[in-house]
Amino acid sequence: MIFLAGLSLIGLFLFPVWKITLEAPQYPGGISMYIWINKISGDSPGTLQNINILNHYIGMQAIHPDSIPELNYFQYIVILMTLLAFLLAAFHKRSLLLIWTIVLVLLSAFALYDFYQWEYDYGHNLSPDAAIKVPGMTYQPPFLGDKTLLNFVAYSYPSLGSVFIGLSMLFGGMAFIFKRKYNIEQ
Amino acid sequence: MKANKLITIGLCSITCILLISCKGPVSQQGGMEAGDAASRVYVAPGQMDEYYAFLSGGFSGQLSVYGLPSGRLLKVIPVFSVDGEKGYGFNEETRSMLQTSYGFVPWDDAHHPELSQTNGVPDGRWIFINGNNTCRVARIDLTTFETVEILELPNSGGNHSSPFTTENTEYVVAGTRFSVPFPQQDVPIESYRERFKGALSFISVDPVTGQMKVAFQVLLPAFNYDLAHSGKGKSHGWTFFTSYNTEQSNTLLEAGASQNDKDFIAAVNWKKAEEYLKAGKAHAIKANYLHNVYDEGSHMASTEEMNTVNVLIPEECPDMVYFLPTPKSPHGVDVDPTGEYIVGAGKLSADMSVHSFTKMLDAIGRKSFEGTIEGIPVVKYEDILAGVVQSSGLGPLHTEFDAAGNAYTTFFISSEVVKWKVGSWEVVDRAPCYYSVGHLMIPGGDSRQPFGKYLLAMNKITKDRYLPTGPELNQSAQLYDISGEKMQLLLDFPTVGEPHYAQALPTSLIIDRSKKIYKLEENSHPYATKSEAEGKVTREGNVVHVYMTAIRSHFSPDNIEGIQTGDKVYFHVTNLEQDWDVPHGFAVQGALNAELLIMPGQTETLLWEPKREGVFPFYCTDFCSALHQEMQGYVRVSGRNANVPLKWWVGSQNP
Repeated sequence: MIFLAGLSLIGLFLFPVWKITLEAPQYPGGISMYIWINKISGDSPGTLQNINILNHYIGMQAIHPDSIPELNYFQYIVILMTLLAFLLAAFHKRSLLLIWTIVLVLLSAFALYDFYQWEYDYGHNLSPDAAIKVPGMTYQPPFLGDKTLLNFVAYSYPSLGSVFIGLSMLFGGMAFIFKRKYNIEQ
Repeated sequence: MKANKLITIGLCSITCILLISCKGPVSQQGGMEAGDAASRVYVAPGQMDEYYAFLSGGFSGQLSVYGLPSGRLLKVIPVFSVDGEKGYGFNEETRSMLQTSYGFVPWDDAHHPELSQTNGVPDGRWIFINGNNTCRVARIDLTTFETVEILELPNSGGNHSSPFTTENTEYVVAGTRFSVPFPQQDVPIESYRERFKGALSFISVDPVTGQMKVAFQVLLPAFNYDLAHSGKGKSHGWTFFTSYNTEQSNTLLEAGASQNDKDFIAAVNWKKAEEYLKAGKAHAIKANYLHNVYDEGSHMASTEEMNTVNVLIPEECPDMVYFLPTPKSPHGVDVDPTGEYIVGAGKLSADMSVHSFTKMLDAIGRKSFEGTIEGIPVVKYEDILAGVVQSSGLGPLHTEFDAAGNAYTTFFISSEVVKWKVGSWEVVDRAPCYYSVGHLMIPGGDSRQPFGKYLLAMNKITKDRYLPTGPELNQSAQLYDISGEKMQLLLDFPTVGEPHYAQALPTSLIIDRSKKIYKLEENSHPYATKSEAEGKVTREGNVVHVYMTAIRSHFSPDNIEGIQTGDKVYFHVTNLEQDWDVPHGFAVQGALNAELLIMPGQTETLLWEPKREGVFPFYCTDFCSALHQEMQGYVRVSGRNANVPLKWWVGSQNP
């Protein structure tokens, strides 16, 4: 079971964790940005540039994946957690299963908090030279859900990668529970 | 209560009577049909048309793209004429496209668009069109809707019977309308019969790249070669050209070329011609003609000079060409979807002769000829005749087909489209055109599988059809529904230039392959600037190169100093955008050419030769963004040999 939990985490390298979509009439189908554990991608290779062009009018900093350290070190944490899960599969130490799962939950919570911090920074830390300045307006994208930002509606929702984190937690928790049952039966 | 009911019934009856009595006169006046027609051509806002239609621009030299059935104009593709709107023929990249052996020719007369075909059906890859005056054939890429190749034709004068394709686009053909001295030289006009020839060019098309090459020419007697169509199915391997002026008149042709009872359709067996070419029967004739190719990677056209052409002479190559007698100066020659029937529209006759391909082969097999002209056997009219469409109108010009065995012929003089049955030759319907119809077009109507449904008639004269616009009026196109027994006029709309012919195909063959942007990383233009950091200005003598970028909403650099009067300044502007529908324009005051209109990922170059000292603005001409109006810059021009250093910057003063 804990092996499956570890395996699920590998899904993070196959699917993005979060998806932010901007919709406006002149962008049929919307512009979508995908946040992965180790990169940011879009519908097309030009998407990030297109979003940055739009954002620069309101003075938002350009999103450069290279300048976001989390995109670099998060992947090592995931790899570490995966390896630990595989190790735990070999040992039959019940308390460790619980600790592993709790650590994963804490890490995920931290990642969400961190994501929020970045959103806050992008949305509030605006250039004083911005071409379009709307008094009192900030542009933090929604953490979860949708929000109207000037002419755009921004949608922010977990993507398939998050499902894998959820699965991993589920498997971790189940591993702990079944292990207990197994122990009781013994 | 009862009284109320009675009143209600009474009112209903009156309403019914009113409705019924109204219906009669309205439908008699065609009012009901008009309402019905409107709904059939109505494409609601945000919805798309069913067909792409490509209409030639005639003397505009361009090709216009319409949606059908709405008649919406989607794009005018510059082909043979310069176009200031797009900088075509003005910017340094496309100037080569309009180079010919005569020099830079900024205009032509574009007649017949022809879609590339695979297995006899339009495949949506390319569309070809002829330039009639300075004999050329152009190829347009349908992923970009841009002209990507123009090939000049030697030994030709008026490239009219062109560029009709063979079943798999092995060749597009180009028959000369005017015979000219062969080889071109200074001879008396009166030596027409002795010294003039009519060349039919077969242009091979590379099946992968689409690149064209004059594979060979067939040298025919000095007639006028008017139109052409290639065989299909059983007649694949043959191309048919109509001729007129078989009288060989060289003055006052309106009388001189209208005397013979019959002229000819020249049937060319091009598979046979290929064999002769392989066997070394062709004469390599010196010729001077240019081949211009636009490269999508470098966004630049280049010109190659061609020096020889392979010429096949029928006298030396038996069984390659036959003449099929056809009444009265035939214009169109149209092959039905089965490939069996060859319709020759004798434009000065009332009846139309239809030849049978099978009978033609049979006559050739029996060597049943009525004579030979310059080594070309003339088969007997009676031997090959399949049928005559009788008293069908006056001045038949051109025929296309639907998928149900019907043919539709335009009649210029009687200004109508006539529908008749292939095989029984009976006329089943006729519809008036407003006015003087030339060609018609049914989507896929000259292919093996007509897509049918609509017919577009292209009219030469409009007179009172639209609001007057002074002496010069538009030509027009009229859309008919041909899905029923009777043709029904749905719509008419004015056109760009004079559409001589058109092609159309279902949008699904094009829409998914339509390019949205050019990828910046694939841009191999020698003066491309792929990031703002790479922007610079260089000087070599009096030649200045500006490596400039454009992105919403600024140019970089946008301040330039150190230019001098008498300089040749090349603005190489790269559009860094990678988003759909974000072109940038570039215009600079005092430029003697035009603007640039640069698509995302593309580089284009404008030559500017400042003659006055001062500071001149340049700006973006295509409304690109909310801050488009701020997308501008200045270039400072100092006197010759002034000591203002060459400097450029963006965003911070004097870096």
